[in-house]
Amino acid sequence: MSTGKVVLKLANDISTDIIYPGRFMATVLPTETPQFAFADDKAFNQLLNEGGVPAGSFIVAGDNFGCGSSREQAASCIKGYNITVVARNFARIFLQNSINVGLQMIICPDINAAEGDELEVRENKVWNLASGESFDIEPLPAARQAIIDAGGLIPYTRKLMLERAGQAL
Amino acid sequence: MAMTYVQKLLARACDKDSVATGDILELPVHLAMSHENAALVINQFNEIYRGTGREPKVWDPDRIAIIFDHRVPAESAKTATNHKKTRGFVQQQGISKFHDVRGDVGGICHQILPENGYVRPGQVLVGTDSHTTTHGALGAFAFGIGATEMAAVWALGSILNVEVPGTIKVVVNGQLPEGVYAKDLILHVIGTLSAEGANFKVIEFHGETISNLPTSGRLVLCNMSVEAGATAGVVPPDEETVRYLRDEAGVEGELELLAADTDADYDRVVEIDAAQLGPQIACPHTVDNVKPIDGIKGKKINQIVVGSCTNGRLDDIEIVARTLRGKHVAEGTRLLVFPASWRIYTDAMDAGYLGDLIKAGAVVCNPGCGPCLGIHQGALGDDEVALATTNRNFKGRMGNPGAEVFLCSPAVAAASALSGVITDPREVN
Repeated sequence: MSTGKVVLKLANDISTDIIYPGRFMATVLPTETPQFAFADDKAFNQLLNEGGVPAGSFIVAGDNFGCGSSREQAASCIKGYNITVVARNFARIFLQNSINVGLQMIICPDINAAEGDELEVRENKVWNLASGESFDIEPLPAARQAIIDAGGLIPYTRKLMLERAGQAL
Repeated sequence: MAMTYVQKLLARACDKDSVATGDILELPVHLAMSHENAALVINQFNEIYRGTGREPKVWDPDRIAIIFDHRVPAESAKTATNHKKTRGFVQQQGISKFHDVRGDVGGICHQILPENGYVRPGQVLVGTDSHTTTHGALGAFAFGIGATEMAAVWALGSILNVEVPGTIKVVVNGQLPEGVYAKDLILHVIGTLSAEGANFKVIEFHGETISNLPTSGRLVLCNMSVEAGATAGVVPPDEETVRYLRDEAGVEGELELLAADTDADYDRVVEIDAAQLGPQIACPHTVDNVKPIDGIKGKKINQIVVGSCTNGRLDDIEIVARTLRGKHVAEGTRLLVFPASWRIYTDAMDAGYLGDLIKAGAVVCNPGCGPCLGIHQGALGDDEVALATTNRNFKGRMGNPGAEVFLCSPAVAAASALSGVITDPREVN
C-alpha cells in the first residue's frame, strides 16, 4: 500500500480559513486552487508550489480538521498535490467534500506521528514506521465509501442520473 | 417510535412512518441555495453531463435560489466574471429566485431566504454555505454542503446519502437579563459544547426563553449552531414562526407545524438558565474560546464590525443606533456597519438609525458579507484587533493572520464603539 512522509503536523480545529484563506475564494476551479493551499503558512505554501512535496505525502492533524466554511476549495487544493490527510476526526462538510472530490483522507482516532515520520497504510491501519506503532483506521459508512469507489460524486451522480433516465452510459 | 423534531421532519420528507439516528436517506430537496460559489457549482454541474449526450438542465428552476452577497459589488475582475457567468446560467435555466447586486432585492443569502418567504417549516433546505443552518430558525432542516454536492442536487433534485443525525436538546428557561441577547446565549452554548461537540448532530432548541424569542434571535441561534460543528440547528415551529412568516415574509397558504415527541431520545440534554447569563465574548482564534465579558473588559479595539448573516438585522442595528445617538465613536476606533439586506437597510434608513450611526462616525456599508471573511472590505492591519458581531474568529478570518478577532453581541459592539475598548453594555447608559 501507500508509504510517504508526514510533511505537515497540525493541531485540533484547523479551519478552512487556514487551509484555503477566504481572500482566494474567487478562484474556484480544482485545477487552479492548489497554488493557494495553506497560503498563510508561507513556508509550507512555497514548498508545495515549488514541487517540494512528493505525491503520496501525509498531513497529520488532530480533531475537527476542516471546520468552518463549506468552501470546496479547501479539499480540492490539497487533492491537487495528491496528499493524504490523516486526522483524528473531520468536520462534517469537509469530510463530505473530500469524498466528493476524491481527496484521500483517513479517519484515525489515535494517530500519533511527527513531521518527517514515514507512514504506511495497510491492513486497515496506519503504521508509523518511525515509531513502529500502528493505529486503527475508522472505516467510512458504506454509503460514503460507494462514492469514493465510483471515483467521486461526479461520476457517481452521472451514472445515477442516467439510470434514472433509463439510459445507459 | 418517539422521534425528535428533525427525525419527524425527515420521515415526512421521505414518506416513511419513522426514521432512526444513523439511517441513510435520500432526501428530496425543497430549496437549494448558492451564492458566489454558484460559479463552481455550474462547473461541476456541467461536468456531470459531460459525455452523456444530454443537455445540462436543472431539476426545478423554481427550487434553486442564487444570491450574490460575498463580494458585492464585485471587488475584482475575477469576481465580476464569475457573477457574469452565473447570470448567464440563471437566465438560460430560468432560475426564478435570483438576487443580483441590486438595492431593491439584494442582501445576504441567510436574510434573503427568510424575508422573501422562501423558507418554510418542514422543508429540506441545502445551501453551499456552512451558515445555511440559519434556516432551522423557521423549522426547516437546513444544512451546508459543498459545490459538487450541490451540482448533484441540481441534477437529481435530491440529496444522496444523508445520515439521520443524533440530536442535542438545548433547553433554555428564564428571562435574558437587560443587555444580554441571543448572541450571548449561542456563544455560551458553543463554549459549553466545544467547536466539535455537535459534529454530525442537530441542536434542537426548546424552553420558554426560546418561545419568547423573536425570529430575529432564533436566526442567530441556528446560524451559529454550525460553530459547534452541528449539521443543523432547529427551533420547532410555533406561533412566533407563523407570525414571522405571515407578517414579515408574506407567506400565504397552509403551514406544516410538526413537533418533537415529548419522550424522544436525545444524545444529550443541556439545560441553561438564561437569567444567569451575562455578555459573552468569543476570543481568538476559535469560536468555542468563549469567556464572560468581565475578564476581557478594557481590551483596546481598532475596528468594530456590526453586521453579517448573524447580527445584521434591524433590531441589531437599532441597538447600536440607540446607543450611539448624539454621541461619537471613540478616536482611534473604526465602526463599520453592514445591514444584512437592502430591505433592512431601507427600514433602518426610514427609522433614522443610519443617520444616527453616520453622525456618530460609523461607516455604513452596503449589505453583504463584507469584512466577515476577509474577502471584500474592512480588512485588518497587522497586529490590529477587531470586535465583531459576526460568526467566526479563525486566524486570518478578516484577511490578516496577524490580526485578532473577538466576537460579541451588537450591544457589546455598541458600548465598545463609544469607549474604544471592550465594554460591558450593562455599564453604559
